[in-house]
Amino acid sequence: MGWAGIWESRELLLLGFWFTVILTVVTIITSTVLGFIVALGRTAHIPILGPILRGYLELFRGTPLLIQILFIYFGSAYLNFTGVTVFAAIVIAMTLYYGAYVSEIFRAGFESVPYGQQEAGRSLGLSRFHVIRDVIVPQTVTIVRPPLVGQYISLVKGTALASVIGYADLVRQGQGIIDRIGSPFAVFLVVAALYFVISYPMSLIERHLEKRTLQA
Amino acid sequence: MIVDVKDVRKSFGDVEVLKGIDLSVEKGEVIVIIGASGSGKSTLLRTINNLETIDSGEIWVDGTAVHDPKAAHNVHRDVGMVFQQFNLFPHLTALKNVTLALRRVKRMSKDEAEKVAMEALAKVGLAEKAGNYPQQLSGGQQQRVAIARALAMAPKIMLFDEATSALDPELVGEVTKVMRDLAQEGMTMLVVTHEMGFARDTADRVLFVDSGVIVEQGAPEQIFTAPSNPRTQQFLHRVLEA
Repeated sequence: MGWAGIWESRELLLLGFWFTVILTVVTIITSTVLGFIVALGRTAHIPILGPILRGYLELFRGTPLLIQILFIYFGSAYLNFTGVTVFAAIVIAMTLYYGAYVSEIFRAGFESVPYGQQEAGRSLGLSRFHVIRDVIVPQTVTIVRPPLVGQYISLVKGTALASVIGYADLVRQGQGIIDRIGSPFAVFLVVAALYFVISYPMSLIERHLEKRTLQA
Repeated sequence: MIVDVKDVRKSFGDVEVLKGIDLSVEKGEVIVIIGASGSGKSTLLRTINNLETIDSGEIWVDGTAVHDPKAAHNVHRDVGMVFQQFNLFPHLTALKNVTLALRRVKRMSKDEAEKVAMEALAKVGLAEKAGNYPQQLSGGQQQRVAIARALAMAPKIMLFDEATSALDPELVGEVTKVMRDLAQEGMTMLVVTHEMGFARDTADRVLFVDSGVIVEQGAPEQIFTAPSNPRTQQFLHRVLEA
């Protein structure tokens, strides 16, 4: 089965594991920030901005992530944008793709807060910034968190597509090991298990937080 | 004159809800606005603190031009508002509901804001409920916290938009009592309400609004005992018979 070969390649797998973790952490942060801003923009009811953001959402949610990665990586090379490294291309593509989903989660959260809350905040003289930060956002946390974590778990698995343009993540390292020692079944089993090591704790943390809010 | 409303018009789509409203309010005056649902009385109140923008006309509140989009936000410094649905912040305790704007708008320190907030809560008789969340309070208590929240900002004018309409009948009294106390202290108040008892014994002036115009106004005795306009007569007849 090649377990000995896998054990000997453990440093490569570990390296791939960290590459995957880094990509996951970075894109969770960037897609959350983007999604939050897009959701704010869409709820602000600014004339031209609304349709633009809507167009962004539909475009990036409605096309495959794989195509977006290829498009941004090879497209930027074609247009001579020299600064776009493999890592940058993946982060940009995943941020745009997952940011679209995340924005819908935040928008649903914002819209679940009754309009009277904003009016109460405004009539007290709170600025738009403070209404959002101190009145709206805190009320959306428990509504937004479960679907957000679901999206992050989906994102962990989405990082696997990064290997197609040569990012040295878990999949890429696994393929390298298979090229040398064979045993694809055992290698991919280990690779899959390592993805689970990243995603399952997210699930556990969310369940813990949910229990805590129910008790409060 | 602390509030001056001049020929204000406002439409929602094709429906004109305010059809040229003129209204002057003196400092310390208590004005009660009565009228059927959909008459425009709540909209009138909401235009005064810029929760609704107007289509034409002018609104001046203690020197602030509320009709001017650049200056309008200043109105919130001078005007406090109490809503039908209370609109307390559910994620904050009664105390934090009151301190939030003191901290963010008036930039008070935590201690200072809590001191002012406790005074405001004591004034509405809820000092001992400071640590409670809104959902742990009765409707009447929630509305009193909402009044305290507005009062703590030391407004010059208080607007009450059907402040007792969402309350169970037995809870109305505790809220109107706070409002009566406030009127007694000389607060300038504009009150949209269906509580005719309150209008009768507390108002300096009663306004009857119908279909977007002020049909009739005057001292409560005059409006309630000898209304001159047939529409006022009809409305009061319906309300007081019920």
